[in-house]
Amino acid sequence: MSAALEAKLGQAWKKPPFITNPVFRWVLIGGSILYFVVALGGIEVSWDRIVKGMDYGKRFITAFGGIFVALFDYIRDVFPWLSETFPRFFGPPTGNDPSDSRWIEIWTEKEIIKGLYESIVMTVASTVVGIAISIPIALGAAGNIAPMPIYLFCRAVIALSRALNEIIVAIILVAILGFGPLAGFITLSFATIGFLAKLLAEDIENMNKQQAEAVKSTGSSWGQWINFGVQPQVMPRLIGLSMYRLDINFRESAVLGLVGAGGIGATLNTAFDRYEFDTVAAILLTIIIIVMILEYLSGVIRGRVQ
Amino acid sequence: MPTLEKDGRKIWQVRTTKSQLIRWGAWLVGLAAFIFSWKEISDNTLWFMMDNVGEVVADIAGRATPPAWSFVFELGRPIWDTLAIATLGTFFSLVMAVPVAFLAARNTTPSKVLVRPIALLIIVSTRSVNSLIWALLLVSIVGPGVLAGLIAISIRSIGFCAKLLYEAIEEINVVQVEAIKATGASPMQVMAYGIVPQIMPAFAGIAVFRWDINIRESTVLGLVGAGGIGLALQSSLNVLAWPKVSLILLVILVAVVIGEWVSAKVRGAII
Amino acid sequence: MYQGWKMLELQGLTKIYNTGDKALSDVTLTIPDGQVVALIGPSGAGKSTLIRCVNRLVQPTSGSATLDNVNVTALGAAGLRKARRKMGMIFQEYALVERLTVMENVLSGRLGYVGFFRSLFRKFPQKDVDEAYRLLDRVGLLEMADKRADALSGGQRQRVGICRALIQDPSLLLVDEPTASLDPKTSRQIMRLIVELCTERGLAAIINIHDVALAQMFVQRVVGLKLGVVVFDGGPDDLLPEVLTDIYGEEDWEATIEKVDDEDEEA
Ligand SMILES: Nc1ncnc2c1ncn2[C@@H]1O[C@H](COP(=O)(O)OP(=O)(O)O)[C@@H](O)[C@H]1O
Ligand SMILES: [Mg+2]
Repeated sequence: MSAALEAKLGQAWKKPPFITNPVFRWVLIGGSILYFVVALGGIEVSWDRIVKGMDYGKRFITAFGGIFVALFDYIRDVFPWLSETFPRFFGPPTGNDPSDSRWIEIWTEKEIIKGLYESIVMTVASTVVGIAISIPIALGAAGNIAPMPIYLFCRAVIALSRALNEIIVAIILVAILGFGPLAGFITLSFATIGFLAKLLAEDIENMNKQQAEAVKSTGSSWGQWINFGVQPQVMPRLIGLSMYRLDINFRESAVLGLVGAGGIGATLNTAFDRYEFDTVAAILLTIIIIVMILEYLSGVIRGRVQ
Repeated sequence: MPTLEKDGRKIWQVRTTKSQLIRWGAWLVGLAAFIFSWKEISDNTLWFMMDNVGEVVADIAGRATPPAWSFVFELGRPIWDTLAIATLGTFFSLVMAVPVAFLAARNTTPSKVLVRPIALLIIVSTRSVNSLIWALLLVSIVGPGVLAGLIAISIRSIGFCAKLLYEAIEEINVVQVEAIKATGASPMQVMAYGIVPQIMPAFAGIAVFRWDINIRESTVLGLVGAGGIGLALQSSLNVLAWPKVSLILLVILVAVVIGEWVSAKVRGAII
Repeated sequence: MYQGWKMLELQGLTKIYNTGDKALSDVTLTIPDGQVVALIGPSGAGKSTLIRCVNRLVQPTSGSATLDNVNVTALGAAGLRKARRKMGMIFQEYALVERLTVMENVLSGRLGYVGFFRSLFRKFPQKDVDEAYRLLDRVGLLEMADKRADALSGGQRQRVGICRALIQDPSLLLVDEPTASLDPKTSRQIMRLIVELCTERGLAAIINIHDVALAQMFVQRVVGLKLGVVVFDGGPDDLLPEVLTDIYGEEDWEATIEKVDDEDEEA
């Protein structure tokens, strides 16, 4: 038996701590607990209001369930073949006239369609413009191909776009341009630039140098070099990121209306103000469904191009 | 190699005809959608108002400068609240996201047909709805204030964290887990020894990443009454107190930059 | 050849994966107490499947595996955990939990014996801790106890893997290609260590290995597997070139077998 072993036998074993300095460790743990307690304790809770609000909560959940069922019934009544093909899942048809559905009623009456339509229009336009502007900015923000002054300028644009919350940009733009989808469109385009140009620039910086060099060595012009040496390498990711951004822009477009920048948000805000939970539930359900569809589509497209 | 027969000779092409058609089709559809969308936006815009945009900008900028520096001393509490919403919100969302992630990951879910779809539904529905909308809903339920913001941020972050976490769980090395199983460990022990150590770096990264995002989001929750510095922004905007507005925007900018810096530092230390 | 009592008995063990691959067909095999068996065969022969069917990391399709008179194949979840404590497993890619320390990896071999909360807070009984130190000292890694597993070299990791299996206090070792990721010299050291430890502790072992020379050097009995069927069972000296050709296909086996004799020993 070695001496080293003899020294260890009978000794308790403890896992070495993640932070080795004991003072620092205890200050960190103590500080975190203290912050947690103080921060949580500082939150004012009005129980009376919550008791009253529980009723609203219940109404919202009931409305959400109701609108979900109404949508389900609607789908079944519009597509009778679903009940025949998946009888276990869809059950027998209700036999009602689909155009009498509560879902349709809420959906058409409360200007939901108009708001959604505006949201989608803003999403599409801002994503396209955002991508178009992102590409030159990304080229300028890639350290390996852009000259210094252009690099700094493009990086500054990206940093600004990322630091400013969409809602805040929208507030400022509404103050300048007035209410309406134009403010929302510019907001989302600007936000797209920060997101897309940054990731794309990183991609260009990480691309395979040899491939790009090979094209350069053929004596091509700068434009040809970008077209043949750079573009093929980053194109799949550009498409993937654009689809992802389309999805984000739609989600964001749903809240810009809260500050007057167009889209479904304004309708939603009014519905909340009037405690019309049927409308709220219908809007939320529609948003969730559209986001799910977009996510699915972007997954398929990303799978295709990569 | 994609080639095209022409006059009996093969002509080299970059792409096959079919994929080229799809490509052009996609461009065309995209362009048409854009033109249509742009027309809609344009129709809903009062363009004559844009004639004096320059003046409006100059006017607002003039009113907003210099920022009301001394107002910063009144922002202590709102800043504290904003930080509390982001930090506690991240904490509570992680507490809820961890079980959801384990139920959603293909290799740890107790049932792929029953439990997993429910977990995925929680992830999708919390993720699809913006935190401002959650805040609106919660303001109507628990009343205006920090509590509504805290719950909104907690719920909104569940889906985000759970999604990234369950992807990390699905990518773990199964042999390490098998090795722990082979010792006769119970399922809980397999989790604690085989799985948790493997996802710890991902978990820490996700926590810090989401905290950074939550700082940004919590700055605007006040606009719908859910506490924090956004509340001060809203009230200053309501009375058109532009110097205060510009100061608040500056503070928010600084907070966001600091948040990003801290999260980058912490992530660097972990990985 | 069969001296002691039957430590492990496989009866008609068959495994068909749900991809349709028949990895094992009707394997019947008895391993007495304290015997070290090398399981040889080309890649895909079903060696890993066989030992995984024993501790049921893979569920056999039919047949049974009986360990020390306990039919492991028929056990429920709790019984299986108990039976697994008696079977230490050593893996090809070491399978250490990389982000845990060496000591935690070794002590994880005791998980079947301690409760959840003790293990969660790393409060293992002192005798387990002492045993872990003894084992680490035996394999020459005492100094590394508090290092993280991913800071070790391949050979060192495999030694930790051996400690984790031995601290279970097993009566059977299941060893899956312990040397496949190691250089030749380290391979021999690890093989020697495993066999020595088995002798010291009187353990039975199945060692999967496709390096025939290495197998012949260290074990008393060799079982040859080909496409899931046992095609050879005998002493290392009975492994004639014809037999190897049957198992692996045509090759110059004289050279391989001769190499064994030339191999010089070093510690
Ligand atoms: N998880 C699995 N699913 C399907 N087939 C498998 C699986 N594991 C192994 N197999 C198949 O079983 C056969 C035996 O594999 P294995 O036991 O790993 O052989 P060996 O360890 O001797 O190389 C191979 O044909 C392999 O393709
Ligand atoms: Mg194998």
